[in-house]
Amino acid sequence: MALSRTASTPGTSAPPGGAGALVSARQLTKRFGDFVAVDGVDFDIARGESFGFLGPNGAGKTSTMRMISCMSPVSSGTLRVLGLDPAVDGPSIRSRIGLVPQEDTLDLELTVLDNLMIYGRYFDLPRHVIRQRAARLLDFAQLTDRADDRVDPLSGGMKRRLTIARSLISDPDLLILDEPTTGLDPQARHLLWDRLYRLKQEGVTQVITTHYMDEAEQLCDRLVVMDHGRFAAEGSPRELIERYSTREVVELRFRSGEHEALSGRLDGVAERVEVLPDRLLLYAADGDASLAEVHRRGLAPESSLVRRATLEDVFLRLTGRTLVD
Amino acid sequence: MARRSTPLWWRGYRYWAYQDRKTWRSSITTSFLFHILYLAAMGVGLGSLVDKHAHTVGGVSYLDFVAPGLLAATAMQIGANDAMYPVMGAIKWIRTYFAMLATPLRVEDVLIGHLGWIATRVAIVSAAYLAVIAAFGVVASPLAVLALPAAVATGLAFSAPIAAFAATQDKDVGFTTIYRFGLIPLFLFSGTFFPVGQLPGWLQSVAYATPLYHGVDLCRGLVLGRISLGPALGDAVYLVALAGVGSVAAHRTFARRLVV
Repeated sequence: MALSRTASTPGTSAPPGGAGALVSARQLTKRFGDFVAVDGVDFDIARGESFGFLGPNGAGKTSTMRMISCMSPVSSGTLRVLGLDPAVDGPSIRSRIGLVPQEDTLDLELTVLDNLMIYGRYFDLPRHVIRQRAARLLDFAQLTDRADDRVDPLSGGMKRRLTIARSLISDPDLLILDEPTTGLDPQARHLLWDRLYRLKQEGVTQVITTHYMDEAEQLCDRLVVMDHGRFAAEGSPRELIERYSTREVVELRFRSGEHEALSGRLDGVAERVEVLPDRLLLYAADGDASLAEVHRRGLAPESSLVRRATLEDVFLRLTGRTLVD
Repeated sequence: MARRSTPLWWRGYRYWAYQDRKTWRSSITTSFLFHILYLAAMGVGLGSLVDKHAHTVGGVSYLDFVAPGLLAATAMQIGANDAMYPVMGAIKWIRTYFAMLATPLRVEDVLIGHLGWIATRVAIVSAAYLAVIAAFGVVASPLAVLALPAAVATGLAFSAPIAAFAATQDKDVGFTTIYRFGLIPLFLFSGTFFPVGQLPGWLQSVAYATPLYHGVDLCRGLVLGRISLGPALGDAVYLVALAGVGSVAAHRTFARRLVV
Protein backbone atom coordinates (compact mmCIF):
# COMPACT_ATOMS: atom_id res chain seq x y z
CA MET A 1 0.00 0.00 0.00
CA ALA A 2 2.77 2.40 0.97
CA LEU A 3 4.54 1.57 -2.26
CA SER A 4 1.61 2.33 -4.50
CA ARG A 5 1.15 5.63 -2.69
CA THR A 6 4.66 6.83 -3.58
CA ALA A 7 4.22 5.68 -7.15
CA SER A 8 1.16 7.80 -7.62
CA THR A 9 2.22 11.05 -6.01
CA PRO A 10 1.74 14.04 -8.28
CA GLY A 11 4.34 14.49 -10.96
CA THR A 12 4.76 10.85 -11.89
CA SER A 13 1.73 10.86 -14.15
CA ALA A 14 1.19 14.46 -15.08
CA PRO A 15 -2.39 15.20 -16.05
CA PRO A 16 -3.07 17.44 -19.01
CA GLY A 17 -2.64 21.03 -17.98
CA GLY A 18 -1.62 21.77 -14.41
CA ALA A 19 1.12 19.39 -13.33
CA GLY A 20 0.32 17.99 -9.91
CA ALA A 21 -3.36 18.83 -10.14
CA LEU A 22 -5.48 16.26 -8.31
CA VAL A 23 -8.29 16.80 -10.76
CA SER A 24 -7.87 18.14 -14.24
CA ALA A 25 -10.54 18.58 -16.89
CA ARG A 26 -10.37 19.77 -20.49
CA GLN A 27 -13.51 20.35 -22.52
CA LEU A 28 -15.31 18.12 -20.06
CA THR A 29 -18.81 17.43 -21.32
CA LYS A 30 -21.80 15.50 -20.05
CA ARG A 31 -24.80 14.87 -22.26
CA PHE A 32 -28.08 13.17 -21.46
CA GLY A 33 -29.58 12.52 -24.89
CA ASP A 34 -29.91 15.97 -26.45
CA PHE A 35 -29.52 17.78 -23.15
CA VAL A 36 -26.06 19.11 -22.43
CA ALA A 37 -25.63 19.15 -18.66
CA VAL A 38 -21.94 20.07 -18.65
CA ASP A 39 -20.78 21.97 -21.69
CA GLY A 40 -17.03 21.71 -22.28
CA VAL A 41 -15.52 23.03 -19.06
CA ASP A 42 -11.80 23.27 -18.15
CA PHE A 43 -10.48 23.27 -14.61
CA ASP A 44 -7.61 22.11 -12.41
CA ILE A 45 -7.91 21.40 -8.72
CA ALA A 46 -4.67 21.48 -6.75
CA ARG A 47 -3.73 19.32 -3.79
CA GLY A 48 -4.88 20.81 -0.50
CA GLU A 49 -7.28 23.20 -2.18
CA SER A 50 -10.98 23.66 -1.42
CA PHE A 51 -12.59 24.07 -4.78
CA GLY A 52 -16.22 25.02 -5.20
CA PHE A 53 -18.85 24.73 -7.88
CA LEU A 54 -21.43 27.42 -7.20
CA GLY A 55 -24.62 27.60 -9.17
CA PRO A 56 -28.37 27.15 -9.14
CA ASN A 57 -30.09 23.77 -9.34
CA GLY A 58 -29.65 22.33 -12.81
CA ALA A 59 -26.44 24.23 -13.54
CA GLY A 60 -24.47 21.02 -14.05
CA LYS A 61 -22.70 20.90 -10.68
CA THR A 62 -23.83 17.43 -9.68
CA SER A 63 -23.14 16.02 -13.13
CA THR A 64 -19.61 17.38 -12.88
CA MET A 65 -19.20 15.91 -9.40
CA ARG A 66 -20.47 12.53 -10.48
CA MET A 67 -17.93 12.45 -13.28
CA ILE A 68 -15.12 13.42 -10.91
CA SER A 69 -16.17 10.72 -8.48
CA CYS A 70 -16.12 8.16 -11.35
CA MET A 71 -19.78 7.31 -10.93
CA SER A 72 -20.87 8.77 -14.23
CA PRO A 73 -19.03 8.32 -17.55
CA VAL A 74 -17.62 11.34 -19.36
CA SER A 75 -19.49 12.08 -22.61
CA SER A 76 -16.55 13.86 -24.22
CA GLY A 77 -13.43 15.79 -23.30
CA THR A 78 -10.73 14.58 -20.95
CA LEU A 79 -10.81 14.12 -17.22
CA ARG A 80 -7.96 13.01 -15.00
CA VAL A 81 -8.55 12.31 -11.34
CA LEU A 82 -5.48 11.65 -9.20
CA GLY A 83 -3.63 11.41 -12.49
CA LEU A 84 -5.79 8.53 -13.70
CA ASP A 85 -8.50 8.14 -16.31
CA PRO A 86 -11.91 7.39 -14.73
CA ALA A 87 -12.95 5.32 -17.77
CA VAL A 88 -10.02 2.96 -17.18
CA ASP A 89 -9.18 3.14 -13.49
CA GLY A 90 -12.54 3.80 -11.84
CA PRO A 91 -12.06 1.35 -8.97
CA SER A 92 -8.53 2.58 -8.10
CA ILE A 93 -9.60 6.21 -8.25
CA ARG A 94 -12.67 5.56 -6.12
CA SER A 95 -10.54 3.73 -3.59
CA ARG A 96 -8.83 7.07 -2.90
CA ILE A 97 -11.93 9.29 -2.99
CA GLY A 98 -14.42 10.07 -0.26
CA LEU A 99 -17.86 10.94 -1.59
CA VAL A 100 -20.61 12.79 0.22
CA PRO A 101 -23.50 12.48 -2.22
CA GLN A 102 -26.37 14.92 -2.41
CA GLU A 103 -28.79 12.30 -1.11
CA ASP A 104 -27.61 10.25 1.84
CA THR A 105 -27.06 6.58 1.13
CA LEU A 106 -26.84 5.47 4.75
CA ASP A 107 -28.29 2.16 5.82
CA LEU A 108 -31.06 3.38 8.08
CA GLU A 109 -31.77 0.01 9.68
CA LEU A 110 -28.20 -0.43 10.86
CA THR A 111 -26.37 1.39 13.62
CA VAL A 112 -24.10 4.37 13.20
CA LEU A 113 -21.03 2.25 13.84
CA ASP A 114 -22.22 -0.51 11.49
CA ASN A 115 -22.54 2.03 8.71
CA LEU A 116 -18.91 2.97 9.13
CA MET A 117 -17.93 -0.68 9.40
CA ILE A 118 -19.73 -1.69 6.23
CA TYR A 119 -18.39 1.22 4.25
CA GLY A 120 -14.83 0.57 5.39
CA ARG A 121 -15.20 -3.05 4.28
CA TYR A 122 -16.03 -1.90 0.74
CA PHE A 123 -12.55 -0.40 0.76
CA ASP A 124 -11.21 -3.69 2.05
CA LEU A 125 -9.89 -2.17 5.26
CA PRO A 126 -9.24 -4.66 8.06
CA ARG A 127 -11.81 -4.50 10.85
CA HIS A 128 -9.37 -3.29 13.50
CA VAL A 129 -8.32 -0.40 11.26
CA ILE A 130 -11.95 0.57 10.69
CA ARG A 131 -12.65 0.39 14.42
CA GLN A 132 -9.74 2.69 15.20
CA ARG A 133 -10.70 5.18 12.54
CA ALA A 134 -14.40 4.96 13.41
CA ALA A 135 -13.69 5.99 17.00
CA ARG A 136 -11.81 9.05 15.80
CA LEU A 137 -14.37 9.91 13.11
CA LEU A 138 -17.35 9.53 15.43
CA ASP A 139 -15.67 11.94 17.78
CA PHE A 140 -15.02 14.30 14.88
CA ALA A 141 -18.67 14.05 13.79
CA GLN A 142 -19.87 14.40 17.39
CA LEU A 143 -21.70 11.11 17.18
CA THR A 144 -19.75 9.06 19.69
CA ASP A 145 -22.69 8.69 22.07
CA ARG A 146 -24.91 7.58 19.17
CA ALA A 147 -22.51 4.92 17.88
CA ASP A 148 -24.79 2.00 18.73
CA ASP A 149 -28.05 3.69 17.78
CA ARG A 150 -29.91 3.00 14.59
CA VAL A 151 -29.44 5.66 11.94
CA ASP A 152 -33.10 6.09 11.06
CA PRO A 153 -34.20 8.33 13.94
CA LEU A 154 -31.13 10.61 13.78
CA SER A 155 -31.64 14.25 12.77
CA GLY A 156 -30.78 15.44 9.27
CA GLY A 157 -27.64 17.13 10.55
CA MET A 158 -26.47 14.00 12.33
CA LYS A 159 -27.04 11.88 9.23
CA ARG A 160 -25.09 14.38 7.17
CA ARG A 161 -22.22 14.33 9.66
CA LEU A 162 -22.30 10.55 9.61
CA THR A 163 -22.14 10.58 5.81
CA ILE A 164 -19.09 12.83 6.01
CA ALA A 165 -17.48 10.64 8.66
CA ARG A 166 -18.20 7.62 6.49
CA SER A 167 -16.61 9.24 3.45
CA LEU A 168 -13.43 9.73 5.49
CA ILE A 169 -13.14 6.12 6.66
CA SER A 170 -10.82 5.25 3.77
CA ASP A 171 -8.55 8.20 4.52
CA PRO A 172 -9.18 9.66 1.05
CA ASP A 173 -6.85 11.94 -0.90
CA LEU A 174 -9.84 13.78 -2.27
CA LEU A 175 -13.13 14.57 -0.56
CA ILE A 176 -16.11 15.31 -2.80
CA LEU A 177 -19.08 17.02 -1.18
CA ASP A 178 -22.24 17.48 -3.21
CA GLU A 179 -24.39 20.10 -1.48
CA PRO A 180 -23.23 19.09 1.97
CA THR A 181 -25.61 21.31 3.93
CA THR A 182 -28.73 21.51 1.77
CA GLY A 183 -31.79 21.01 3.93
CA LEU A 184 -30.04 21.58 7.25
CA ASP A 185 -30.95 24.17 9.82
CA PRO A 186 -28.48 27.04 10.42
CA GLN A 187 -26.99 25.52 13.55
CA ALA A 188 -26.36 22.19 11.87
CA ARG A 189 -24.81 23.96 8.90
CA HIS A 190 -22.40 25.92 11.05
CA LEU A 191 -21.30 22.77 12.83
CA LEU A 192 -20.68 21.08 9.48
CA TRP A 193 -18.77 24.07 8.16
CA ASP A 194 -16.59 23.94 11.24
CA ARG A 195 -15.84 20.25 10.62
CA LEU A 196 -15.04 20.85 6.96
CA TYR A 197 -12.79 23.74 7.87
CA ARG A 198 -10.85 21.46 10.21
CA LEU A 199 -10.44 18.92 7.43
CA LYS A 200 -9.11 21.64 5.19
CA GLN A 201 -6.57 22.57 7.82
CA GLU A 202 -5.50 18.94 7.93
CA GLY A 203 -4.75 19.25 4.23
CA VAL A 204 -7.66 17.27 2.81
CA THR A 205 -8.44 18.41 -0.73
CA GLN A 206 -12.13 19.22 -1.02
CA VAL A 207 -14.42 19.67 -3.98
CA ILE A 208 -17.72 21.20 -2.96
CA THR A 209 -20.90 22.03 -4.81
CA THR A 210 -23.38 24.39 -3.29
CA HIS A 211 -26.08 26.82 -4.18
CA TYR A 212 -25.49 28.76 -0.99
CA MET A 213 -23.20 31.71 -1.53
CA ASP A 214 -22.37 31.98 2.17
CA GLU A 215 -21.28 28.35 2.13
CA ALA A 216 -19.04 28.94 -0.87
CA GLU A 217 -17.54 32.01 0.81
CA GLN A 218 -16.93 30.07 4.01
CA LEU A 219 -15.48 26.94 2.54
CA CYS A 220 -13.87 27.59 -0.82
CA ASP A 221 -10.41 28.89 -1.63
CA ARG A 222 -11.39 29.06 -5.24
CA LEU A 223 -14.62 28.52 -7.06
CA VAL A 224 -16.32 28.56 -10.39
CA VAL A 225 -19.74 30.06 -10.90
CA MET A 226 -21.67 27.59 -13.00
CA ASP A 227 -24.72 28.29 -15.11
CA HIS A 228 -26.28 26.23 -17.90
CA GLY A 229 -23.40 23.77 -17.88
CA ARG A 230 -20.69 26.41 -18.32
CA PHE A 231 -18.42 28.43 -16.11
CA ALA A 232 -19.52 32.04 -15.92
CA ALA A 233 -16.51 33.05 -13.82
CA GLU A 234 -13.65 31.62 -11.81
CA GLY A 235 -11.60 32.90 -8.89
CA SER A 236 -11.46 33.22 -5.12
CA PRO A 237 -14.64 34.52 -3.48
CA ARG A 238 -12.88 37.82 -2.76
CA GLU A 239 -11.60 38.18 -6.33
CA LEU A 240 -14.98 37.44 -7.81
CA ILE A 241 -16.69 39.99 -5.63
CA GLU A 242 -14.08 42.59 -6.49
CA ARG A 243 -14.27 41.83 -10.19
CA TYR A 244 -18.02 41.61 -10.61
CA SER A 245 -19.45 43.76 -7.87
CA THR A 246 -18.88 46.94 -5.96
CA ARG A 247 -17.74 46.78 -2.37
CA GLU A 248 -21.14 47.61 -0.92
CA VAL A 249 -24.74 47.10 -1.82
CA VAL A 250 -27.83 49.06 -0.76
CA GLU A 251 -31.04 47.08 -0.70
CA LEU A 252 -34.19 49.13 -0.99
CA ARG A 253 -37.75 47.89 -0.61
CA PHE A 254 -40.67 49.96 -1.78
CA ARG A 255 -44.36 49.23 -1.66
CA SER A 256 -45.21 46.52 -4.16
CA GLY A 257 -45.53 47.63 -7.77
CA GLU A 258 -43.93 50.94 -7.00
CA HIS A 259 -40.30 50.23 -7.51
CA GLU A 260 -40.18 49.70 -11.31
CA ALA A 261 -41.47 53.22 -11.75
CA LEU A 262 -38.83 54.51 -9.39
CA SER A 263 -35.81 53.13 -11.14
CA GLY A 264 -35.54 56.12 -13.49
CA ARG A 265 -35.30 58.49 -10.53
CA LEU A 266 -32.30 56.61 -9.19
CA ASP A 267 -29.96 57.42 -12.09
CA GLY A 268 -26.51 58.22 -10.84
CA VAL A 269 -27.03 57.34 -7.19
CA ALA A 270 -24.93 54.22 -7.66
CA GLU A 271 -22.63 52.59 -10.19
CA ARG A 272 -25.34 50.13 -11.10
CA VAL A 273 -28.96 49.50 -10.19
CA GLU A 274 -30.59 46.05 -10.28
CA VAL A 275 -34.36 45.82 -10.20
CA LEU A 276 -35.58 42.58 -8.65
CA PRO A 277 -39.23 41.65 -8.20
CA ASP A 278 -39.12 42.36 -4.47
CA ARG A 279 -36.33 44.89 -4.08
CA LEU A 280 -33.87 47.29 -5.70
CA LEU A 281 -30.14 46.79 -5.39
CA LEU A 282 -27.79 49.75 -5.63
CA TYR A 283 -24.17 48.83 -6.27
CA ALA A 284 -21.81 51.43 -4.85
CA ALA A 285 -18.40 51.73 -3.26
CA ASP A 286 -19.94 53.72 -0.44
CA GLY A 287 -23.39 52.42 0.40
CA ASP A 288 -24.19 54.99 3.05
CA ALA A 289 -23.48 57.86 0.64
CA SER A 290 -25.80 56.29 -1.95
CA LEU A 291 -28.54 55.80 0.59
CA ALA A 292 -28.19 59.43 1.69
CA GLU A 293 -28.54 60.47 -1.96
CA VAL A 294 -31.72 58.36 -2.26
CA HIS A 295 -33.24 60.17 0.68
CA ARG A 296 -32.02 63.56 -0.61
CA ARG A 297 -33.99 62.91 -3.80
CA GLY A 298 -37.10 62.62 -1.67
CA LEU A 299 -37.60 58.88 -2.10
CA ALA A 300 -38.95 57.01 0.91
CA PRO A 301 -38.31 53.26 0.72
CA GLU A 302 -40.22 51.08 3.19
CA SER A 303 -36.94 49.62 4.29
CA SER A 304 -33.28 49.95 3.42
CA LEU A 305 -30.14 48.02 4.18
CA VAL A 306 -26.47 48.69 3.46
CA ARG A 307 -24.38 45.53 3.28
CA ARG A 308 -21.14 44.20 1.85
CA ALA A 309 -21.33 42.58 -1.55
CA THR A 310 -21.52 38.78 -1.63
CA LEU A 311 -21.25 36.03 -4.21
CA GLU A 312 -25.01 36.35 -4.64
CA ASP A 313 -24.35 39.73 -6.23
CA VAL A 314 -21.66 38.21 -8.41
CA PHE A 315 -24.10 35.58 -9.57
CA LEU A 316 -26.80 38.14 -10.24
CA ARG A 317 -24.38 40.19 -12.27
CA LEU A 318 -23.17 37.22 -14.26
CA THR A 319 -26.49 35.56 -14.98
CA GLY A 320 -29.14 38.19 -14.36
CA ARG A 321 -30.80 35.82 -11.91
CA THR A 322 -30.74 35.25 -8.19
CA LEU A 323 -29.17 32.05 -6.93
CA VAL A 324 -31.72 30.71 -4.49
CA ASP A 325 -35.34 31.51 -5.00
CA MET B 1 3.97 -7.46 2.22
CA ALA B 2 0.68 -6.08 1.06
CA ARG B 3 -2.45 -8.08 1.89
CA ARG B 4 -4.05 -9.72 -1.13
CA SER B 5 -7.05 -7.58 -1.88
CA THR B 6 -10.53 -9.06 -1.50
CA PRO B 7 -12.44 -9.50 -4.79
CA LEU B 8 -14.74 -6.55 -5.34
CA TRP B 9 -17.90 -8.63 -5.72
CA TRP B 10 -17.17 -10.39 -2.45
CA ARG B 11 -17.17 -7.03 -0.68
CA GLY B 12 -20.71 -6.51 -1.99
CA TYR B 13 -21.70 -10.02 -0.92
CA ARG B 14 -20.33 -9.34 2.55
CA TYR B 15 -22.63 -6.35 2.91
CA TRP B 16 -25.74 -8.44 2.29
CA ALA B 17 -24.58 -11.15 4.61
CA TYR B 18 -23.94 -8.52 7.29
CA GLN B 19 -27.13 -6.53 6.97
CA ASP B 20 -29.12 -9.74 6.81
CA ARG B 21 -27.42 -11.33 9.80
CA LYS B 22 -30.19 -10.50 12.24
CA THR B 23 -33.11 -11.14 9.93
CA TRP B 24 -32.13 -14.04 7.68
CA ARG B 25 -33.09 -16.69 10.19
CA SER B 26 -36.60 -15.40 10.63
CA SER B 27 -37.19 -14.65 6.95
CA ILE B 28 -35.77 -17.97 5.84
CA THR B 29 -37.55 -19.89 8.59
CA THR B 30 -40.85 -18.43 7.45
CA SER B 31 -40.51 -19.69 3.90
CA PHE B 32 -39.02 -22.96 5.14
CA LEU B 33 -41.93 -23.61 7.49
CA PHE B 34 -44.41 -22.61 4.82
CA HIS B 35 -43.13 -25.29 2.51
CA ILE B 36 -42.81 -27.89 5.26
CA LEU B 37 -46.48 -27.25 6.09
CA TYR B 38 -47.31 -27.68 2.43
CA LEU B 39 -45.36 -30.88 2.43
CA ALA B 40 -47.24 -32.17 5.46
CA ALA B 41 -50.65 -31.19 4.12
CA MET B 42 -50.10 -32.31 0.54
CA GLY B 43 -47.58 -35.09 0.80
CA VAL B 44 -48.84 -36.78 3.94
CA GLY B 45 -52.46 -35.64 4.20
CA LEU B 46 -53.61 -35.50 0.61
CA GLY B 47 -51.01 -38.13 -0.27
CA SER B 48 -52.68 -40.82 1.83
CA LEU B 49 -55.88 -40.25 -0.12
CA VAL B 50 -54.10 -40.22 -3.47
CA ASP B 51 -52.12 -43.34 -2.70
CA LYS B 52 -55.29 -45.17 -1.62
CA HIS B 53 -56.91 -44.57 -4.98
CA ALA B 54 -54.15 -44.14 -7.49
CA HIS B 55 -51.49 -46.21 -5.70
CA THR B 56 -48.63 -44.29 -7.29
CA VAL B 57 -48.03 -40.97 -9.02
CA GLY B 58 -45.38 -41.15 -11.67
CA GLY B 59 -44.38 -44.50 -10.21
CA VAL B 60 -43.81 -43.31 -6.63
CA SER B 61 -45.90 -42.50 -3.56
CA TYR B 62 -47.51 -39.07 -3.53
CA LEU B 63 -45.24 -37.87 -0.72
CA ASP B 64 -42.18 -38.91 -2.73
CA PHE B 65 -43.64 -37.15 -5.72
CA VAL B 66 -44.48 -33.88 -4.01
CA ALA B 67 -41.51 -33.48 -1.68
CA PRO B 68 -38.77 -32.88 -4.30
CA GLY B 69 -41.17 -30.77 -6.34
CA LEU B 70 -41.64 -28.50 -3.35
CA LEU B 71 -37.86 -28.21 -3.06
CA ALA B 72 -37.76 -26.56 -6.49
CA ALA B 73 -40.84 -24.46 -5.70
CA THR B 74 -39.19 -23.23 -2.48
CA ALA B 75 -36.07 -22.29 -4.40
CA MET B 76 -38.19 -20.41 -6.93
CA GLN B 77 -40.08 -18.54 -4.24
CA ILE B 78 -36.98 -17.38 -2.37
CA GLY B 79 -35.03 -16.63 -5.52
CA ALA B 80 -37.85 -14.57 -7.00
CA ASN B 81 -38.80 -12.80 -3.80
CA ASP B 82 -35.28 -11.75 -2.90
CA ALA B 83 -34.79 -10.15 -6.30
CA MET B 84 -37.86 -7.92 -6.03
CA TYR B 85 -38.10 -5.60 -3.03
CA PRO B 86 -34.46 -5.92 -1.95
CA VAL B 87 -33.27 -4.85 -5.43
CA MET B 88 -35.77 -2.02 -5.67
CA GLY B 89 -34.88 -0.92 -2.14
CA ALA B 90 -31.18 -0.90 -2.92
CA ILE B 91 -31.93 1.45 -5.82
CA LYS B 92 -34.74 3.62 -4.52
CA TRP B 93 -35.11 3.51 -0.77
CA ILE B 94 -31.93 2.55 1.01
CA ARG B 95 -29.83 3.30 -2.07
CA THR B 96 -27.29 0.69 -1.08
CA TYR B 97 -26.14 0.21 -4.66
CA PHE B 98 -25.22 3.88 -4.92
CA ALA B 99 -23.28 3.69 -1.67
CA MET B 100 -21.36 0.72 -3.10
CA LEU B 101 -20.70 2.41 -6.42
CA ALA B 102 -19.05 5.36 -4.68
CA THR B 103 -16.43 2.89 -3.44
CA PRO B 104 -14.18 0.68 -5.59
CA LEU B 105 -17.09 -1.63 -6.49
CA ARG B 106 -18.33 -1.71 -10.09
CA VAL B 107 -21.83 -2.49 -11.36
CA GLU B 108 -20.93 -6.13 -11.96
CA ASP B 109 -19.63 -6.43 -8.41
CA VAL B 110 -22.81 -4.94 -7.01
CA LEU B 111 -24.88 -7.38 -9.06
CA ILE B 112 -22.83 -10.51 -8.43
CA GLY B 113 -22.55 -9.70 -4.74
CA HIS B 114 -26.31 -9.44 -4.41
CA LEU B 115 -27.17 -12.48 -6.56
CA GLY B 116 -24.51 -14.40 -4.65
CA TRP B 117 -26.22 -13.67 -1.36
CA ILE B 118 -29.61 -14.65 -2.78
CA ALA B 119 -28.06 -17.94 -3.94
CA THR B 120 -26.76 -18.44 -0.41
CA ARG B 121 -30.21 -17.98 1.06
CA VAL B 122 -31.68 -20.42 -1.44
CA ALA B 123 -28.94 -22.90 -0.57
CA ILE B 124 -29.53 -22.60 3.19
CA VAL B 125 -33.26 -23.27 2.91
CA SER B 126 -32.79 -26.02 0.35
CA ALA B 127 -30.23 -27.81 2.51
CA ALA B 128 -32.54 -27.66 5.53
CA TYR B 129 -35.45 -28.83 3.42
CA LEU B 130 -33.45 -31.71 1.96
CA ALA B 131 -32.53 -32.80 5.48
CA VAL B 132 -36.20 -32.80 6.48
CA ILE B 133 -37.38 -34.82 3.47
CA ALA B 134 -34.51 -37.22 4.07
CA ALA B 135 -35.95 -37.72 7.54
CA PHE B 136 -39.34 -38.38 5.93
CA GLY B 137 -37.62 -41.15 3.99
CA VAL B 138 -38.13 -39.48 0.64
CA VAL B 139 -34.49 -39.34 -0.40
CA ALA B 140 -33.75 -42.49 -2.35
CA SER B 141 -30.38 -41.80 -3.92
CA PRO B 142 -27.00 -40.26 -3.10
CA LEU B 143 -27.61 -38.14 -6.18
CA ALA B 144 -29.88 -36.10 -3.88
CA VAL B 145 -26.78 -34.16 -2.90
CA LEU B 146 -26.86 -32.69 -6.40
CA ALA B 147 -30.39 -31.48 -5.78
CA LEU B 148 -28.84 -28.68 -3.74
CA PRO B 149 -27.03 -27.04 -6.68
CA ALA B 150 -30.08 -27.84 -8.81
CA ALA B 151 -32.26 -25.90 -6.37
CA VAL B 152 -29.79 -23.00 -6.35
CA ALA B 153 -29.84 -22.95 -10.15
CA THR B 154 -33.64 -22.94 -10.04
CA GLY B 155 -33.58 -20.00 -7.64
CA LEU B 156 -31.13 -18.03 -9.77
CA ALA B 157 -33.11 -18.78 -12.93
CA PHE B 158 -35.74 -16.61 -11.28
CA SER B 159 -33.66 -14.05 -9.36
CA ALA B 160 -31.45 -12.96 -12.24
CA PRO B 161 -34.21 -12.04 -14.73
CA ILE B 162 -36.40 -10.64 -11.97
CA ALA B 163 -33.52 -8.48 -10.71
CA ALA B 164 -33.09 -7.27 -14.29
CA PHE B 165 -36.77 -6.35 -14.32
CA ALA B 166 -36.77 -4.80 -10.85
CA ALA B 167 -33.99 -2.40 -11.85
CA THR B 168 -36.24 -0.94 -14.54
CA GLN B 169 -39.19 -0.32 -12.23
CA ASP B 170 -40.17 2.80 -10.33
CA LYS B 171 -43.08 1.26 -8.46
CA ASP B 172 -43.65 -2.14 -6.97
CA VAL B 173 -46.89 -2.94 -8.84
CA GLY B 174 -44.93 -5.02 -11.34
CA PHE B 175 -44.04 -7.44 -8.55
CA THR B 176 -47.69 -8.15 -7.86
CA THR B 177 -48.12 -8.92 -11.54
CA ILE B 178 -45.18 -11.31 -11.47
CA TYR B 179 -46.73 -13.13 -8.54
CA ARG B 180 -50.24 -13.21 -9.93
CA PHE B 181 -49.46 -14.20 -13.50
CA GLY B 182 -46.08 -15.84 -13.04
CA LEU B 183 -45.15 -17.42 -9.78
CA ILE B 184 -48.51 -18.63 -8.51
CA PRO B 185 -49.54 -20.35 -11.77
CA LEU B 186 -46.06 -21.87 -11.99
CA PHE B 187 -46.28 -23.07 -8.41
CA LEU B 188 -49.56 -24.85 -9.16
CA PHE B 189 -49.08 -26.14 -12.70
CA SER B 190 -45.38 -26.90 -13.23
CA GLY B 191 -45.48 -30.48 -12.07
CA THR B 192 -44.99 -29.80 -8.38
CA PHE B 193 -48.31 -31.31 -7.25
CA PHE B 194 -49.28 -33.49 -10.20
CA PRO B 195 -47.56 -34.66 -13.37
CA VAL B 196 -47.66 -32.14 -16.19
CA GLY B 197 -49.08 -34.97 -18.32
CA GLN B 198 -52.41 -34.41 -16.57
CA LEU B 199 -52.73 -30.99 -18.17
CA PRO B 200 -54.54 -30.47 -21.49
CA GLY B 201 -52.13 -30.81 -24.42
CA TRP B 202 -51.50 -27.16 -25.20
CA LEU B 203 -50.92 -26.33 -21.56
CA GLN B 204 -48.37 -29.12 -21.34
CA SER B 205 -46.20 -27.32 -23.89
CA VAL B 206 -46.53 -24.13 -21.89
CA ALA B 207 -45.51 -25.98 -18.75
CA TYR B 208 -42.46 -27.50 -20.45
CA ALA B 209 -41.32 -24.03 -21.42
CA THR B 210 -41.31 -22.68 -17.86
CA PRO B 211 -38.25 -22.71 -15.63
CA LEU B 212 -40.02 -24.22 -12.64
CA TYR B 213 -40.95 -27.33 -14.65
CA HIS B 214 -37.26 -27.96 -15.30
CA GLY B 215 -36.34 -27.23 -11.70
CA VAL B 216 -38.98 -29.64 -10.45
CA ASP B 217 -38.03 -32.32 -12.97
CA LEU B 218 -34.35 -32.08 -12.13
CA CYS B 219 -34.79 -31.97 -8.34
CA ARG B 220 -37.25 -34.85 -8.42
CA GLY B 221 -34.99 -36.99 -10.57
CA LEU B 222 -32.00 -36.38 -8.34
CA VAL B 223 -33.78 -36.88 -5.01
CA LEU B 224 -35.54 -40.05 -6.10
CA GLY B 225 -32.64 -41.37 -8.11
CA ARG B 226 -34.95 -41.81 -11.08
CA ILE B 227 -33.08 -39.88 -13.67
CA SER B 228 -31.81 -40.21 -17.19
CA LEU B 229 -28.85 -38.19 -18.28
CA GLY B 230 -30.29 -36.53 -21.39
CA PRO B 231 -33.38 -34.85 -19.93
CA ALA B 232 -31.52 -34.02 -16.70
CA LEU B 233 -28.80 -32.31 -18.67
CA GLY B 234 -31.47 -30.47 -20.63
CA ASP B 235 -33.06 -29.24 -17.40
CA ALA B 236 -29.71 -28.11 -16.01
CA VAL B 237 -28.69 -26.31 -19.21
CA TYR B 238 -32.07 -24.58 -19.35
CA LEU B 239 -31.80 -23.33 -15.75
CA VAL B 240 -28.19 -22.23 -15.99
CA ALA B 241 -28.82 -20.55 -19.33
CA LEU B 242 -31.78 -18.63 -17.93
CA ALA B 243 -29.75 -17.55 -14.92
CA GLY B 244 -26.94 -16.53 -17.26
CA VAL B 245 -29.09 -14.60 -19.72
CA GLY B 246 -30.91 -13.01 -16.77
CA SER B 247 -27.59 -11.91 -15.27
CA VAL B 248 -26.44 -10.33 -18.51
CA ALA B 249 -29.76 -8.53 -18.78
CA ALA B 250 -29.51 -7.45 -15.15
CA HIS B 251 -26.02 -6.11 -15.73
CA ARG B 252 -27.44 -4.01 -18.52
CA THR B 253 -30.48 -2.71 -16.64
CA PHE B 254 -28.42 -2.09 -13.49
CA ALA B 255 -25.87 -0.10 -15.46
CA ARG B 256 -28.58 1.90 -17.19
CA ARG B 257 -30.22 2.70 -13.86
CA LEU B 258 -27.16 3.20 -11.68
CA VAL B 259 -24.50 4.72 -13.93
CA VAL B 260 -25.85 7.71 -15.81
